[in-house]
Amino acid sequence: MGRYRDDPQALLALVEDDRVHRDVYTDPEVFQLEMERLWSRSWIYVGHTSQVPNAGDFLTLDIAGKPVLLVRLADGGVRLLMNRCAHKGSKVVYAPSGNAGKTFRCPYHAWTYRLDGSLAMIPLKEGYAGTRMQEKGLAAIENLETYRGFVFARLSDRGLGFREFFGDSLSSIDLLADRSPEGELEITGGCLRYLHNCNWKMYVENLNDTMHPMIAHASSAGTAKRLWEGQPADRPKPMAVEQFVPFVNGYEFFDQMGVKVYPHGHGFSGVHFSIHSAYSPIKEYEEAMRSAYGEERAKQILGTVRHNTVYYPSLTIKGAIQSIRVARPLAADRTLIESWTFRLKGAPESLLARTVMYNRLINSPMSVVGHDDLHCYRSIQEGLAGDGNEWVNLQRNYDPSEKEKSEAVANGTSDLSMRNQFRAWRELMAA
Amino acid sequence: MQAQDAVRFVVREARLLDEKRFEEWYELFAEDGHYWVPAAPGQTDPHLHNSLAYEDRFLLKLRVERLKSPLAYSQQPESRCLHVLQAPEVEQASAEEFLVRTPFLYTETRGDDSQRYAATAWHTLVVRNQSLRIKLKRVDILNCDAMLPSIQLFL
Repeated sequence: MGRYRDDPQALLALVEDDRVHRDVYTDPEVFQLEMERLWSRSWIYVGHTSQVPNAGDFLTLDIAGKPVLLVRLADGGVRLLMNRCAHKGSKVVYAPSGNAGKTFRCPYHAWTYRLDGSLAMIPLKEGYAGTRMQEKGLAAIENLETYRGFVFARLSDRGLGFREFFGDSLSSIDLLADRSPEGELEITGGCLRYLHNCNWKMYVENLNDTMHPMIAHASSAGTAKRLWEGQPADRPKPMAVEQFVPFVNGYEFFDQMGVKVYPHGHGFSGVHFSIHSAYSPIKEYEEAMRSAYGEERAKQILGTVRHNTVYYPSLTIKGAIQSIRVARPLAADRTLIESWTFRLKGAPESLLARTVMYNRLINSPMSVVGHDDLHCYRSIQEGLAGDGNEWVNLQRNYDPSEKEKSEAVANGTSDLSMRNQFRAWRELMAA
Repeated sequence: MQAQDAVRFVVREARLLDEKRFEEWYELFAEDGHYWVPAAPGQTDPHLHNSLAYEDRFLLKLRVERLKSPLAYSQQPESRCLHVLQAPEVEQASAEEFLVRTPFLYTETRGDDSQRYAATAWHTLVVRNQSLRIKLKRVDILNCDAMLPSIQLFL
């Protein structure tokens, strides 16, 4: 029973072409329907294969409210299993990550499963003889795809295939992986886990909202800019200054960056350049890239400096500095954002140091950039309760013909990426 | 410098933070000083592993200046903090350098929100121009690897 569950028209009416109703951010029932539909029918980022390098390595997480575990099999493949014992329902492993050896053994009654999830052993099994118990292992999620080491899963049987869902947006993952001279990535350096007091969509929309940085980040990036002003021109600019200051570039900069969208909610800003374009070159790395890919291809890879790419709804990546942020919704007004960093195999460690610095300056719970973003998200979450206007505006540079196009490029300050995400929302939320 | 000077220094350092005397606090850091809050228990590397914070004097200055800015929206209302220290223990001492270990409870509030952490501070103090300065203040938050909300002041 529910206002939206029982009234599919009312649910879809929350999203119009150029505005959305506040309930998409605040209503617990809408959130529950999002988990059952949108987050189950789309391809959700699970993890990276470099996190489970050896047979028996696992990691655990929740997807759409379901406990799952990713495991590396003896044959080198990976599997995603429901982390739920077939007996009484306990999680079979509880740690965030680890190595299971050859089997998973439930801590309660020792029901034991092979790495592929099949049932290996039940103590005193004869006690079940003649009962209607079926020998069931851990349920496997069949819709699992690995692309350049990025593992995605679709929990529902309903939904598009992996390639159809992501289409050419996969080019951003290619560009990230190709930044390694060996074409391979390794997650390293741990994870920053930042609790956002807001709906997951506010975070995802913000990544390509280029009308906010010069305002919301004036106190942090603007202060960095001011503190550095007046330094002698020959004094090398600290990496922290290079990373902070572009956040307060003007409207013109962000507008000219451009934004591109793909079907099913994906897209990126920074079509032509981005806030990462002016970082100091790292000579040794560029040489490694040229010798790996040749002059022209290396130039193409390093010259493509996209800002944020959204793999709707869960994964957001910054290829230019090899970091990703993953949205893990917890409730209508609570979202965990995980920030991970990659080592580019074959690249000097200074590249890793650069992304680790960016991650702690921008994505940490102690980040001065994050503090002002989160303040705004929370303020929206609370402000939306205000009466007199139930709608959130997505109208900047709206063009009614845009929804007919499968791919579109617009000026960087357009709300196009948000409208595109909500078009996907409507597709994925249908009863 | 005696061990008890190092202890007094650590107690005063916490008090400056609690009284929001951030500019005086900033001056406690040596020119090459760092403030470090690891993101993993037992973390050994601030450069190739993610940290909650790893700040040199420039970045600390940025924080201190930002807190004064009317554009720091996340400081409306302002945060407050209190460090409740266990007696600092001098772990290592030489004529030039002290290592002081101080377990503490930290509370940070903002409006109706309140968060509490248990943590251990490790101060590496050096003698510069006849006074003690911070070469490294490392703060190990007991649950540094947990999902954390915004922590806006200094542990």
